[in-house]
Amino acid sequence: MEFINMTVERTNVQLSKADFESDQMVKWCPGCGGHAILAAVERVFPKIGYRKENFCMVSGIGCSSRFPYYVNTYGIHGIHGRAAAISTGVKIANPRLSVWTVTGDGDSLAIGGNHFIHVIRRNVDLNILLFNNQIYGLTKGQFSPTTPMGKVTKTSPMGTIEHPFNIGELVMGAQGTFFARVPDNNIALMTECMFEAAKHDGTSVTEIMENCIIFADKAHACVTGKEVKDETMLILKNGAPMLFGKNNEKGLILKDTRLEVVEIGKNGITAEDILVHDQYSQDPGIQLMLAKLAPPNFPMVFGVIRSAMYPTYDDLVEEQIKYARQTSKIRNVDDLLNSGDTWEI
Amino acid sequence: MAKKKRPVIEREEVVVKFVGDSGDGMQLTGSMFSDVAAIVGNDLATFPDFPAEIRAPQNTVAGVSGFQVHMGSSKIFTTGDLVDVLVAMNPASLKSNLKWAKTGATILTDTDAYDAKTIEKAGYKQDPLTDNSLERFNLVKAPITTLTKESLKELGTDAKTAERSKNMFALGMLFYIFNRELKPSFKYFEQKFKKKPELIEINKIVLQAGYNYADTVEALESVIQVLPANMEKGRYRNITGNVATAWGLLAAAEKSGRPLFLGSYPITPATEILMELSKHKSLGAKVFQAEDEIAGICSAIGASFAGSLACTTTSGPGLSLKSEAIGLAVITELPLVIVNVQRGGPSTGLPTKSEQSDLYQALFGRNGECPVIVVAASTSENCFYYSYMTAKLSMEHMTPAILLTDGYLGFGSALFRIPKMADMPAINPPIAEPNDPEFKPYRRDPETLVRQWAIPGTEGLRHRIGGLEKENIIGTVSTDPMNHQIMTDFRAQKVENVANFIPEQEINGQAEGDLLVVSWGGTYGAVHSAVSQMQKEGKRISHAHFHYIMPLPKNTENVLKGFKKIVVCELNSGQFVNYLRMKFPMPNITQFNKVQGLPFMINELTDKFNQLLEEK
Repeated sequence: MEFINMTVERTNVQLSKADFESDQMVKWCPGCGGHAILAAVERVFPKIGYRKENFCMVSGIGCSSRFPYYVNTYGIHGIHGRAAAISTGVKIANPRLSVWTVTGDGDSLAIGGNHFIHVIRRNVDLNILLFNNQIYGLTKGQFSPTTPMGKVTKTSPMGTIEHPFNIGELVMGAQGTFFARVPDNNIALMTECMFEAAKHDGTSVTEIMENCIIFADKAHACVTGKEVKDETMLILKNGAPMLFGKNNEKGLILKDTRLEVVEIGKNGITAEDILVHDQYSQDPGIQLMLAKLAPPNFPMVFGVIRSAMYPTYDDLVEEQIKYARQTSKIRNVDDLLNSGDTWEI
Repeated sequence: MAKKKRPVIEREEVVVKFVGDSGDGMQLTGSMFSDVAAIVGNDLATFPDFPAEIRAPQNTVAGVSGFQVHMGSSKIFTTGDLVDVLVAMNPASLKSNLKWAKTGATILTDTDAYDAKTIEKAGYKQDPLTDNSLERFNLVKAPITTLTKESLKELGTDAKTAERSKNMFALGMLFYIFNRELKPSFKYFEQKFKKKPELIEINKIVLQAGYNYADTVEALESVIQVLPANMEKGRYRNITGNVATAWGLLAAAEKSGRPLFLGSYPITPATEILMELSKHKSLGAKVFQAEDEIAGICSAIGASFAGSLACTTTSGPGLSLKSEAIGLAVITELPLVIVNVQRGGPSTGLPTKSEQSDLYQALFGRNGECPVIVVAASTSENCFYYSYMTAKLSMEHMTPAILLTDGYLGFGSALFRIPKMADMPAINPPIAEPNDPEFKPYRRDPETLVRQWAIPGTEGLRHRIGGLEKENIIGTVSTDPMNHQIMTDFRAQKVENVANFIPEQEINGQAEGDLLVVSWGGTYGAVHSAVSQMQKEGKRISHAHFHYIMPLPKNTENVLKGFKKIVVCELNSGQFVNYLRMKFPMPNITQFNKVQGLPFMINELTDKFNQLLEEK
């Protein structure tokens, strides 16, 4: 079989933010993280280089899933949990479209959990933007599969008794090829990661730690808040050492089989001892460990954590069709109808 | 070998059933027998009858697998009610199928399969071959296993292989009984076992041995001749309903120029459509085996948005899971073909048995005001035409359409007169032109109320659709009360307007009379045969068989009005009849129903019709 790599049609026409702005009123709450995400998308889409007609946005249900109405592309607002399945159909039907799936922690990890793991397992070439606000917003404040254990919500008045998902761990457990994590208060990092996601062939999952100002305000503040973030956030860069702290004085090393936080200059640690990030590594071992890190003992890791190259489902579909067309005697439906045992009466 | 002089009895139609253990090869034996009947020019219909389990315990009633062939020198409409010749390879298969044998039927059975253990396992208290319980039948007892082994002695075939060929010995005997040539089967062996030449020889020897042995059997007083049927000229093939459904979709894709996408999840009895379409990548069919029923339909909705002829195939429980997504396709006004190969319900029900009990679900099983087109095929071979038409109507009217078939149609096979693609009706989906300045997502054709299909990637048509109600014409999200009324009415009227594009309802018989028999879907053969029989007897009875359910043909009310009494026959508790009563409240509509996972028998229909004709 011949190797096929379908790419989205490119254009030389310079696009701008205005090309993707919709005329619809954005109906998210003032202060919602969604506004910043929308700004990042409008910033990154013109830079990717695709024809504007080749973008297709697909969503499920929830606050996040109103997104397609707010961007001027082709778009379909689906039903609860099914955005990944709808996106899969769009991409298989036309692999020349750049498909963006907008979803939330309830939509993708609860009602749509099955589609989420399977789209990742198949490595369909689409970009999932997962708004993780750790709460059900549109139904007004029930706990979600990412709500931290013990959290009081409207359906957990005594605190939740469920273990939350770590999205990165789930993605890699489902054999994911791309995972990035970004906070909603850093548009530059969001834009950068979305651009990386667009470049990646296969399913990309970008977890956006989004603030729900009404029902889970400051849920991420203990990590991404201005006062603490130097100590609690480690922003990865491919090929660069994993450093954090106010003056980049702290870093991660691998000790035995575990990651450990060290300080440069203490206990004989030098800059050379610090782990260097390899987002392209096919082996997800270190990447998985990175995705699971969290305060208080570790910083949380942001940026592109994994971006490994594997064949995409949609390319393989095209490859099989091409091979069948080259080798089969059945070239049209008349051939098919007359194939096998037939006789004249 | 010289044949004994036996009288030849000519029969217009014969029903033969092969039954045995799941591993006895009854499906193959039956289909080889029917292939030869087709080649000599009989019309025929076949039905495989197998358990839900793959290999239930040996020699038990639960493990019996069967294949029924109804062949004739005139048009065959059903797979046959009662059996003229029963081939039973063991006591369990005899036990479970004897109830289908006509009095006087020929029963051929392998005496080697009867011992104390197998007789007990089958649930017999004593050996049915010796206790005179089979006196009503023409019993042919043959030591088939022993004779098969003996015939292969010279070849030195091992015992296991020899035993596995015993079905070919039985088939050889049947070919003798029906005066058939063995050549076509020899040719079949040569093709099938090209890579295992020893099997060609073994099968030929055993088949011939069975044929020769039958010639010596005293119990066979005559041979049966079924002459060729007078069929419409043309090229023919055998086809099952599920394969015909799959090919109809491929044909609609080719004709419309829209690539085929199938998103589906395996479920009995619909899986064969998914498997069949998976084979046809050379025709560009994109087949996605989804993680569940919901992903099956949702991927199809995505593919439809992206411009494919998108389909999903399932059976009753799967249709339940798809309900919410059908609503999405209704409100987004995207074409989508949903095939439901009905089985016995509710819940898991009777997976391998047939029923018509999903009609309500197809018509009404969704939240909100949610009309879809509903079409039903009536024979295995016309699954091709009706799946084609379902796809055509769905695309041309930009609305989801459900095709109802059932397990009997899907698994059953019939002769299919091969059409030419050039003769199939044109399919013209309303695709929006690039940069059309007039384009709006919900602008409609004033006559049909159909919106345009604006396919992603097309220049100048970027737009959003979705599950929230949209403003008329411009397609932005709207919660305006009057707008919701307008859009609801448009969606309903758009589907009603399909009635202008389907044929009028036909009547078999006079347009006026004492009794109109109404049926739909897979019961066509039995009901048609029953009515025809009574028409020949001079009864004032007519038959209207419906293929288009939603909307109904425009003349439906007029068809019903011409009769003193109407009886609607269905394999459910009365779903179509209540639908008709709702649309056309008439006091003279009665019903005849059966929910046993079994088709109608012709005599139970004629009994009912006669009773209705006699009642004042």
